[in-house]
Amino acid sequence: MVEFCTRRGDGATLYLSKEKIRQDIADGAADAADMGGVKSISSDEMEHILEIICSKDRVVGVQRGKEVVLSYDIGQLDMTGDNGNSGGGVPASRLNGALVHERTLCADTFELAHSDYSIKPAKPVIANEMNDMEVIQNNIIIPYFYGAMPNMGLYYSPDGPFGNPADLMREFKIEEAQQQAEAASKHLARDIAYVSTKIYSAGSDGFNFDTTGSAGDADFVGTLHGVEQLRKECPDANIMVGMAGENVMGIHGEIEYNGQVVAGMFPHQQVKLAEKAGADVFGPVSNTNTGKSLAWNLARAVTFVKACSETSKLPVHVNMGMGVGGIPMSETPPMDAVTRCSKAMVEVAKVDGI
Amino acid sequence: MAIAHFVASGMGGIRTAGDLVARMEFTKRMKVDKAKEYVAKKLGVTSFDLSDEYVFRDLREERGLGVITGVPKTPKGIAAKMNIEDLLGIKINSCERFRQYRAKR
Repeated sequence: MVEFCTRRGDGATLYLSKEKIRQDIADGAADAADMGGVKSISSDEMEHILEIICSKDRVVGVQRGKEVVLSYDIGQLDMTGDNGNSGGGVPASRLNGALVHERTLCADTFELAHSDYSIKPAKPVIANEMNDMEVIQNNIIIPYFYGAMPNMGLYYSPDGPFGNPADLMREFKIEEAQQQAEAASKHLARDIAYVSTKIYSAGSDGFNFDTTGSAGDADFVGTLHGVEQLRKECPDANIMVGMAGENVMGIHGEIEYNGQVVAGMFPHQQVKLAEKAGADVFGPVSNTNTGKSLAWNLARAVTFVKACSETSKLPVHVNMGMGVGGIPMSETPPMDAVTRCSKAMVEVAKVDGI
Repeated sequence: MAIAHFVASGMGGIRTAGDLVARMEFTKRMKVDKAKEYVAKKLGVTSFDLSDEYVFRDLREERGLGVITGVPKTPKGIAAKMNIEDLLGIKINSCERFRQYRAKR
């Protein structure tokens, strides 16, 4: 029986028959369709993904003329950060980092990032961020944003002023946990408005909100309110909202945005709220299962993202880093896996960027 | 991973017209095909040409849009972005700030 060299969700090499890969694609797509309540991809689309995965080439790509925009998160930290930031650990200035990405790494957009890449730590050093933004904008040509994670977890005890819902729920203090989450959400929105409007006044092209919803539904709502405020005060700012997970975690469980409970929302639903809040570009996520094959993970991710692309009025830039977008969860994702996922997302999910 | 994505499906930034297409996606919320059509029309090329380094190395230098290599006496930074504003019919925030700072006091 002929076997094809492919990958598992943790990056390990697997040898699978074509039939097994085909079955994994069908199962992955069905899982997404079932969980998300969306249409599965067609049998032709599944065969297309099969062809991509079974290619004998190490590197695959889209046809000429079908390329898409590559936007970034984490800014220059992929080069200068430690491995906690998935970085290469090469000390360099943020100006050098930005120009290296523009001139040698083919970035279509880029962003300035604080080494503690969240909204809360950026607030006390905002003048420093503004100054660096101005200096870099004088030199860079590509769109250059400021990036940060809303990361509402930093607002909970012991790092922040609000009670930690995880601790409160353990003590069955559900209502108090919800109240603390709501309070933290308002505080986050206020801080987002402060940081983002200040950095825009220093010449930033806009803002990238990375891993939105990482602390659950209240984090998502707080970010959306922050985006609303930024849009109101800076009508021409470019705003990208990128998610943390495929599904909004219902840690609060009942918090609403625009009259809708956000807990449990999937990408095709999340994008509508991002649009309502005032975002320009949306970054959906599909989380990789390390125990399943690349085929399963990729088909699942494509199914979620295709549904999002079809319903979205905004350009969709799918998140495709370690462990998202079908890509294996590995500090150094294999080239063969990344290029297969990249090609499938463009050709089947019809994304506008990555 | 940036390299893997570029090789598979990326436009190439200022090697080609990637930054210009990106500006239209972000500034006017254009989906990629529409953004490419818009940029191609402004430049007098086809959408297919937009990721062609052969076309864009010279075109970017001729139009002052910023080039990928270190060429002396070519617009960089704010100057290149002001030319991009004129080409695409958009306003770029850093250029607006530059104009504000330059205004007579």
